[in-house]
Amino acid sequence: MKSSVIVFPGSNCDRDIAVALEKMHFKNKMVWHKDTSLPKSDLIVVPGGFSYGDYLRSGAIAGKSLIIDELIKAANSGCLILGICNGFQILTETGLLKGTLLRNKNLKFINKDVNIKVVNNSTKFSNKYKKDEILKINIAHNEGNYFTGTNHLEELKKENLIAFKYCDEKGNINEETNPNGSLENIAGIYNKKKNILGMMPHPERMVDEIISNRDGENLFSSLLN
Amino acid sequence: MKLTLEKQFQLNLKKNKLKFSVTVTLKKDVLDPQGKVVQNTLVNMGMSNLRNIRQGKHFEIEVDESNETVAQKKIDEMCKKLLVNLIIEDYKINKI
Repeated sequence: MKSSVIVFPGSNCDRDIAVALEKMHFKNKMVWHKDTSLPKSDLIVVPGGFSYGDYLRSGAIAGKSLIIDELIKAANSGCLILGICNGFQILTETGLLKGTLLRNKNLKFINKDVNIKVVNNSTKFSNKYKKDEILKINIAHNEGNYFTGTNHLEELKKENLIAFKYCDEKGNINEETNPNGSLENIAGIYNKKKNILGMMPHPERMVDEIISNRDGENLFSSLLN
Repeated sequence: MKLTLEKQFQLNLKKNKLKFSVTVTLKKDVLDPQGKVVQNTLVNMGMSNLRNIRQGKHFEIEVDESNETVAQKKIDEMCKKLLVNLIIEDYKINKI
């Protein structure tokens, strides 16, 4: 499977995701944001970081980069797109995913390993996970508080477009297990066609026992499935 | 008075320039934790009769355009396309 990782000025998880993809046997290429064409890819990753220093709004400037037109074209033709952290923020700014990510409710940058529940395990990104499986994945963000309109929230629920929700290790989903104030504890969502996933947690940081755990691996093996 | 070419050029530039301010604020229903913190701090400092604070952004934009309606339209486009996230923010354009 061929993958591309788009690199913006200020991306800082681009190398991590590249290492994770290569470990999972993807043939990966890095793409600079000023490029005007994407290599042929089955998966395009928009990585985490602080593109353009989070100027204006997180992801706002990166969302207008030259390469974004190509990303939108690829997304519309069904290519798989994964946006992690700042990548998720960028995808909402481009309009590929609806809603937006507000400042964390407690106004603090949160960097910790949290539990998330796999809400939908029947997509290209999640088929190797069990339904309601609880994972421990790192989050590291200042704007992860997912917000969207009532109509879209209804659509997310009705069409099973919520990918992950924050919970505790027993799977309880409530205000106490919500790290950033995110609407209904949402940690990741799909677009309607389910070929685009945006998520705040970092699965690429969870692919090696030595530094963390391997809870993120199944996301990548699902894609290969 | 005789104007040098340089001065004439600068005057023309000024004539064709319009300046606007854009104020961006979070919509009424969107939680504004920064505004809340500023508000709480002011209350703690003893400022009384403080009802509510919402924090926003302010842009000052100059455009090379002499027609105000056309310029205003341009600014509106800038807001919609980049400056404002219409899901969570409102904006106001003022001529300054």
